[in-house]
Amino acid sequence: MNDKQQKLTSVAELEKKRQGLNKQRSSDAPMIAVCCGTGCQAYGGKKIADAFKEEIEKHGLGGKVEVKTTGCHGFCERGLLVVIRPQNYFYQRVRLEDVPEIVSETVIGGKPIERLLYESLATGEKIASEEEVPFYKKQVRLVFGDNGYIDPYEIDDYIAVGGYSAFSKVLSGMTPEQVIDEVRKAGLRGRGGGGFPADIKWQSSREAHGEPKYIICNCDEGDPGAFMDRSLMEGNPHAILEGMMIGAYAVGSSIAYIYIRNEYPLAVKNAYRAIQQAKDYGLLGKNILGSGFDLEIKINRGGGAFVCGESTALMASIEGKVGEPRPKYIHTSHKGLYNKPTVLNNVETWANVPLIINKGADWYSKIGTENSKGTKIFSLVGKINHTGLVEVPMGITLREIVYEIGGGIPGDKKFKAVQTGGPSGGCIPENLLDLPVDFDELTNAGSMMGSGAMIVMDEENCMVDIARYFLEFLEDESCGKCVPCREGLRRMREILDDITQGRGEESHLEMLEEMSEVINDGALCGLGQTAPNPVMTTLKYFRDEYKAHIQDKKCPAGVCKSLITYHIIEEKCTGCKLCVNACSYGAIEFMGKKTPVVLHQSECTKCGACKEVCKLKAIEIR
Amino acid sequence: MVTFKIDGKEIKAKEGQTVLDAATENNIEIPTLCVNESVLPYGACRLCMVDVTKGKRKRTVTSCAYEVAEGIEVDTKSEKVIKIRRMVIELLLARCPESEEIRQMAEKLGVTTTRFKPDEDGDACILCALCTRACREVVGKSAISLINRGTEREAALPFYDEADDCIACGSCVYICPTGAIKMEDKAGTRTISWPNCSQEFKLKACSACGFYFAPEKQLEFMAAESGVELEKLEICMSCRP
Repeated sequence: MNDKQQKLTSVAELEKKRQGLNKQRSSDAPMIAVCCGTGCQAYGGKKIADAFKEEIEKHGLGGKVEVKTTGCHGFCERGLLVVIRPQNYFYQRVRLEDVPEIVSETVIGGKPIERLLYESLATGEKIASEEEVPFYKKQVRLVFGDNGYIDPYEIDDYIAVGGYSAFSKVLSGMTPEQVIDEVRKAGLRGRGGGGFPADIKWQSSREAHGEPKYIICNCDEGDPGAFMDRSLMEGNPHAILEGMMIGAYAVGSSIAYIYIRNEYPLAVKNAYRAIQQAKDYGLLGKNILGSGFDLEIKINRGGGAFVCGESTALMASIEGKVGEPRPKYIHTSHKGLYNKPTVLNNVETWANVPLIINKGADWYSKIGTENSKGTKIFSLVGKINHTGLVEVPMGITLREIVYEIGGGIPGDKKFKAVQTGGPSGGCIPENLLDLPVDFDELTNAGSMMGSGAMIVMDEENCMVDIARYFLEFLEDESCGKCVPCREGLRRMREILDDITQGRGEESHLEMLEEMSEVINDGALCGLGQTAPNPVMTTLKYFRDEYKAHIQDKKCPAGVCKSLITYHIIEEKCTGCKLCVNACSYGAIEFMGKKTPVVLHQSECTKCGACKEVCKLKAIEIR
Repeated sequence: MVTFKIDGKEIKAKEGQTVLDAATENNIEIPTLCVNESVLPYGACRLCMVDVTKGKRKRTVTSCAYEVAEGIEVDTKSEKVIKIRRMVIELLLARCPESEEIRQMAEKLGVTTTRFKPDEDGDACILCALCTRACREVVGKSAISLINRGTEREAALPFYDEADDCIACGSCVYICPTGAIKMEDKAGTRTISWPNCSQEFKLKACSACGFYFAPEKQLEFMAAESGVELEKLEICMSCRP
């Protein structure tokens, strides 16, 4: 703890501090890195870390082995994650009772524990080291990399791994123009969804008239299934602060805001803590490191309205007004927060900035595709074996993400679609799995990068139902200001209700297409404009499924309750009674042992409990 | 002054003026439902959308908020904007099946029926926010506001019955384009009914002729704002010297 740290007053002092820290630390020193991201904390991350500390003391190794509570490592599905360094033994699904064995066998004995290692899904082979685990092997963890090494609560950890060196480089020898130029050459595009070039925003704001100028970090991540900004803010808040500091210097701003959803308590806590530490170190405040540059960063907590992730709604919310978007024909880089020039970038965009400055635009722009540089973090969720956060170079194919990193679809099911870009993204079918993932390719496929949520769906997902689900989400989150979004999304959802409940008509498809087009052209903000994407892409790629609902009144995936019935396959049923007991409605009648049961359709609520318990696969959906 | 084209016709407009204003001045009609000169542009009804070509870029914008610029080309009747207008009015027809004003606007746009199921409990409010904007921007009170979001959105008093800030001036009634807010003066009482709430206010009798001529709270507000003694304001227009 360095709460009484004296303010650093020059770049030289910061570098001296770093050298001092690194003298005390050796990269070969044994370290137990315990993931304490939100997911792993739910598995008892903090308790397990404390147990490690106790165990280390017990063995008289206090001071020799460091127990580090780190941010999210990304492989959330296998939590709790523990990595033993320097060997980088990767332990998954660690529980409290495993702690003594890990210390005695691995930390002291130097041997990996088979039971806790990752087992290859393909070969069953145990994989010991973190880098070799397929989930990590294809990733390029530039932005996320430090998460597994540093305690987000300790600024010294960040400084020791090179933190704030980009900021000191900027302060000690780069003009604001040079910084913007470097970001331009790097080709950094906004990670929040739109993919707008960051340097253009910065330049435009720098040149705009009006003082003060504002910097905003958008951490109002609200897409279902997305949690990359959360994990960054929780796991490495200083990287985001450093990016904002560099941005503020380049734009000529001395006031910045971080807008965080209040539903992210750990992110809020870590951000507050990081700002306080940066202030204590003299990295925020007046005359930072003796450079004459001033910066204050404030935190605004969002109240949970999805639309507040939209830039103008977010700014209204910071101003204390209702979070509603407004037309932005004059860019927010000229008239944004309080009508002053404002640069708003998302968490991940800011976190990329120190990398670019440190390693240079030439290095950065070699990663990725022609028009999309660097890496992108995706949250990989849904029907996928390896759920978690993955950072990959732009241009990687969807197939590599889903099958190599994600480990494919669980339970021998068939892949159906992957939805990218959150609720307003599109559903991409199997024949486009070799699509290189970057801003433009996804847009061309009718989807979008969005914030980076990837929801994988298998044959048991009904695409009409999926489109309906996302539309309902956006209908609920629409602020209600403009007619196309407020009234239009509701009507589209009503049509999809009709289709999924067996009242679909041929004319509905054309009407959905017409409405999608109008809402896309006519809605006020990005939420409304992109809201029809799931409907448009499913209509484009899965039209047959819509037709089955409308013409045959059937749901091929067996999801839409009004269109399905459960049946007993008599040849397979042995009358074991499992389903009879599972049915809460008494819809299945026991007819005696070794005699098939009888399902009474009139009593059946189609909950699926019977099918789930049946071990003989004697219940089918028609 | 800037020079630009609307529907092929070259016109001049003042810098900072909106495309809608410039069009209106030149007798080019663009339909609107949420525009009123007393309040700032809002961009909610989307009827006034036009195509604007600026250099190589063509986009569809709300003319009520988009400012004129040198050399732009505006198309107020493109296929795309006509489509948007018709869909918007079709949606509003279903939302407000009883509203005569919406029906007239629909007719003007060539729409006579709606493919959507009319709302059974539909009132005439189209949520254009003219009432709440007038109350905030013109009167300076914010006595009513838009509450909830999305399809649940409505214009109402706080908690539907908190009328402390309302001075019963009736600005919201006068500005409402669809008659969704009603006002009645009867026996010394003014009743204002918003779509989901209603309040009664005392009227002041003229100190000379005894005619109930204005809400008490409005007179008090005027006195406080202007510094004129309340007694002097308590005389109706006909009796004032």
